[in-house]
Amino acid sequence: MNIEIEELAKEFGTERALYPVSISIPSGALIALLGPSGSGKTTLLRILAGLEFPTSGRVLFGGQDATGLSVQERRAGFVFQHYALFKHMTVFENVAYGLRARPRKERPTEAEIARRVNRLLDLIQLPDIGGRYPNQLSGGQRQRVALARALAIEPRMLLLDEPFGALDAKVRKELRQGLREIHDRTGLTTVFVTHDQDEAMEIADLVVFMSKGHIEQMSVMPPAGKARAVPVAPR
Amino acid sequence: MSVVPLSRPVPVTTEPRPTRHLLIGLAVGFVALFLFAPLVTVFAEALRQGWVASVQALASPDARSAIRLTLIVAAITVPLNAVFGIAAAWAITKFDFRGKAFLITLIDLPFSVSPVVAGLALILLVGANSSFGAWLAANDLKIVFAFPGIVLATMFVTFPFVARELIPVMVEQGRAEEEAALTLGASGWRSFFTVTLPNIRWALLYGVLLCNARAMGEFGAVAVVSGKIRGETTTMPIMIEMLYNEYLSVAAFSLAAVLALLALLTLLLKSLLEWRHADLLAATRRH
Repeated sequence: MNIEIEELAKEFGTERALYPVSISIPSGALIALLGPSGSGKTTLLRILAGLEFPTSGRVLFGGQDATGLSVQERRAGFVFQHYALFKHMTVFENVAYGLRARPRKERPTEAEIARRVNRLLDLIQLPDIGGRYPNQLSGGQRQRVALARALAIEPRMLLLDEPFGALDAKVRKELRQGLREIHDRTGLTTVFVTHDQDEAMEIADLVVFMSKGHIEQMSVMPPAGKARAVPVAPR
Repeated sequence: MSVVPLSRPVPVTTEPRPTRHLLIGLAVGFVALFLFAPLVTVFAEALRQGWVASVQALASPDARSAIRLTLIVAAITVPLNAVFGIAAAWAITKFDFRGKAFLITLIDLPFSVSPVVAGLALILLVGANSSFGAWLAANDLKIVFAFPGIVLATMFVTFPFVARELIPVMVEQGRAEEEAALTLGASGWRSFFTVTLPNIRWALLYGVLLCNARAMGEFGAVAVVSGKIRGETTTMPIMIEMLYNEYLSVAAFSLAAVLALLALLTLLLKSLLEWRHADLLAATRRH
């Protein structure tokens, strides 16, 4: 699903977090929002998820105006900076949460939920950890569980806030490729926020450089070394 | 080369033996003198003339009515204050709005105001001399010197306990888990019941127990509004004071022992719950 961001701006009280910005994200692309803290990149991501609402401007999902849609209606898979896994639930229950939250008539049966959760745990290559609690996992495992939980709702897009921020350098590198592979397998339009330029350049198709609430530059990355190239036209 | 064996592994934080004994002795002595001794005295005084005298004193209609009144007041105020406390803590920690600092101060007000002042304020507000009080009297609604007044006074005094216990826990937990639940399609209510409430349940239990202990033990504010009508508006603490002033010390201390037992019971309940759920507690402690 393609995402159109049209003249989106956000103020918190008298403070401007985001000046009018426009980005056109083609369906299936992997986009990095790159910038220092306070550049407005996380605000932009949260507006896409419906966790914040813009002061002005529009967001279109697949050509439809989604600006007024609630966070639940957006169906955006969101991976939080510190993962925000539910501490009191097992990994299985964490991943199943979105399926159980559905209205009764759309809710899958228990057997179907178990089948889907196990398939996702296979996808993140952690098939045997369903019974564990989040505090029994390593940082890298938590990040992947958060990804599986976000994918469980069959999201229309994937949004990640500093997905590798809390990890050490070695795990970071491994998980970068892991994210790229999962993106390529699911074909989901994906936006992730980072302050690490190498990270952005290595896996994204399009890197949006942000600073002080403005877009400074947009760079289309060459497809070399990537599993799949997506033609991208920044506006 | 040979390895020199250590004579004894000594923890680096250890103090010399006399210092340790002195400190431990001081701590134990303090606990015995200020916590344990008063409790023992209450029970000893209650049983001074034997079990029969104590039980007879408790079986009197006035004592039974005081116990019943105290339990009913606690049964009404504690659940209400638990709900209000959760609502206040939820609003303060999960949302940003104008006047938040003022609301926090307001919640603390019952802690800083003397209970007697709180009771007097209630009388001024709804007593016979106020216009609202006159309207209530005209409609035959009794608040002051009656059951509703006791409930209102107790609610005022015990209001901060649950909120105060929850706010620091909820601030520390932040909003990310609730936001995660919302992005996964959960409604606000579902996110509250499946994510927020399980995360705060221990703090909530603790707040409820403290609130309960205070609700049953409150004296000052209730003494002002109760009117001390025997068998009608005397709660246990007030009845204890009345009996004591009448030199009925066995009756006074027997009732005091029951009040202390109720408090010990709540503490026991808490320990029992913590012990039974120790595994879960360990597993869900923050990352």
